[in-house]
Amino acid sequence: MVEYFLTHIWPILSIFVHSLAVLVLLLVAVAFLLLLDRKIWAAVQLRRGPNVVGPFGLLQSFADLLKFVFKEVIIPSGANKFIFIIAPFVTCTLALAVWAIVPISEGWEVANLNLGILYVFAISSLGVYGIIMGGWASNSKYAFLGAMRSTAQMVSYEVSIGFVLITVLLVTGTLNLTEIVNAQKSEYGMFGWYWLMLFPMFVVFFISALAETNRPPFDLPEAESELVAGFMIEYSSTPYLLYMLGEYVSITFMCALTTILFLGGWLPIFDIAPFTWIPGFVWFILKSVGVFFMFGMVKAFVPRYRYDQLMRLGWKVLLPISMAMVVIVATVIFAFDLYPNVATA
Amino acid sequence: MVAGIFFYIFAIFLIASAIMVISARNPVYAVFFLILGFFNATGLFILLGAEFLAMILLMVYVGAVMVLFLFVVMMIDIDFKELSKGFLQYAPIGTLVGVILLAEIIMVVGGYVYDAETVRSAAVPIPDVNTVSNLEAFGLLLYGEYVFFIELAGLILLVALIGAVVLTLKTGSKALRQDIATQVARTPATAIEMVSVKSGQAFSTNDTIKMNKRD
Amino acid sequence: MMATIKQTINSLFLREFVSAFFLTMRYFFTAKPTINYPFEKGPLSPRFRGEHALRRYPNGQERCIACKLCEAICPAQAITIEAGPRRNDGTRRTTRYDIDMTKCIYCGFCQEACPVEAIVEGPNFEYATETREELFYDKDKLLENGDKWEQQLAKNIELDAPYR
Repeated sequence: MVEYFLTHIWPILSIFVHSLAVLVLLLVAVAFLLLLDRKIWAAVQLRRGPNVVGPFGLLQSFADLLKFVFKEVIIPSGANKFIFIIAPFVTCTLALAVWAIVPISEGWEVANLNLGILYVFAISSLGVYGIIMGGWASNSKYAFLGAMRSTAQMVSYEVSIGFVLITVLLVTGTLNLTEIVNAQKSEYGMFGWYWLMLFPMFVVFFISALAETNRPPFDLPEAESELVAGFMIEYSSTPYLLYMLGEYVSITFMCALTTILFLGGWLPIFDIAPFTWIPGFVWFILKSVGVFFMFGMVKAFVPRYRYDQLMRLGWKVLLPISMAMVVIVATVIFAFDLYPNVATA
Repeated sequence: MVAGIFFYIFAIFLIASAIMVISARNPVYAVFFLILGFFNATGLFILLGAEFLAMILLMVYVGAVMVLFLFVVMMIDIDFKELSKGFLQYAPIGTLVGVILLAEIIMVVGGYVYDAETVRSAAVPIPDVNTVSNLEAFGLLLYGEYVFFIELAGLILLVALIGAVVLTLKTGSKALRQDIATQVARTPATAIEMVSVKSGQAFSTNDTIKMNKRD
Repeated sequence: MMATIKQTINSLFLREFVSAFFLTMRYFFTAKPTINYPFEKGPLSPRFRGEHALRRYPNGQERCIACKLCEAICPAQAITIEAGPRRNDGTRRTTRYDIDMTKCIYCGFCQEACPVEAIVEGPNFEYATETREELFYDKDKLLENGDKWEQQLAKNIELDAPYR
């Protein structure tokens, strides 16, 4: 009986507990990151930002949550009910699903996939569906236009993200996120991480991540000024909350991925005494929040792109740069015999 | 046991969604069911231990191809009644294709059941999952055994890519193009011109044209 | 030529992006001019035109003489007045003095027209209500406002007097 429990029930239970822990921590973190985002934006515009609910407005996101939950769900009469309701769930679930493989510290992840990066790429490429389904099911021109824009945008920028990921895995020789972080460990500390070595890729990845998560300056799907709220226009209450949640979860994920790929994950900035005392997950969170801060700042100081400029940037600037970098990195590795030590599974 | 349960779940959903694809009235629904079908196929691949294939299926088909498909289906106004008018007209050809496919499947499965060893020896031996990782096995096959074919496939795709660009690229005076580089490179010196106009005389536009030609 | 090279270098190293970042960071840490509204309030001019009030003389007598000048001048026709019969002491009083605050445009003409400084617009602007009906002010409400804000109103009139 005990043996059966240990072999069959316990693994499932442990995965469940792990997932639940990640989920809860993530959602709480997202609540505060949302506040941070608003505070950053406010600070740049010489405002105070939310400061009424709780000390320094710390509980603002929770107040918003309650407000969203208690509002009435309005479904437009022309909408396709089933798809209309299921679309925000798709967005939210996919955004949360990617977090299964994020190593917050050495071994601190729900699943240590060998094909981690592929999983990331596969799931994030599905994120489009939540938006396109919502936009279509709303039966509204604005929503549909927003969804169309969003789809084209995400598909375009996924290509350059793909090339960035390929460059990183050319250097590391592994698709496993934990091993990618470990491969960045060197005696140069933070200068051994890939942000310096692959600097153009770091920039390309950051820009593509902004576009992929529909953040300003690439927030054309939501374009408040001309599309009101894009694909979300018909949504209210909890479904809207799920969309927003999915969006912010995928933003935090992009921050975490940037940290893992280019900023050395949980590694301390230098491998010497005072820095090594701080546990890995603190480093990871610090770096991710740092990237998120940049996300917030970009929102504050970059004007929005026009749609053709967005497409031009994606296909004519970022894609050639990232393709060229793939070739250059591969050539350098081949020429100087810098093949990474491939860990045989 | 668990794998078996999951196999049946995925298989039933796959077949059900495949049937829905061809029977759904709304073409958008058909595409959604196709996506669901791909999802279940992914599940089956994972059960087989072919994680790489599963992820690629998800990435390429669901993440890219189906999105474009959905794009097209949603954008164009399909009159489904009009489309299904001559449905029976194509029934014989459809049946023929179906029968051929069925026969082929029977041949493959039958051959496997009849003599598994022969079928195995005809194909390249599949390395054991426990010794070589999925990715490595694929890499060795694609870039070792079949490197010529993969390069050929790449070349064909490149030709298709260039073809698409050539077909859609409009050249000529009518196409308006924005040259960002020149726009950004504009300085006050090139953008503004100071002209002193004599009093009582109109400023003629010919002067501007002359000046522009100079630089 | 030099300009082209400079331009290329600038765009390659995202110079504008970086300078914009530092510019915004400077604003990020500057003091915020926002007033923490319900707890802090900005200064108001003595001429501020807010909620209406009907004033009284220091002995408690109503100032309003029911001349209906305010009713006549009101561009939004928000004021309705009914005059009462002449009393023994020879004064004239209103029996009804209503202001529809939902119609009022806060132009201050009533205040200007009033010969006895009875109807005034005070400094209060925080009188939002839960129902529309509460914004139909009658004479009692206006007199009550006058009693409540008298100090402030008198002071404002005094401060503004030199400029009239």
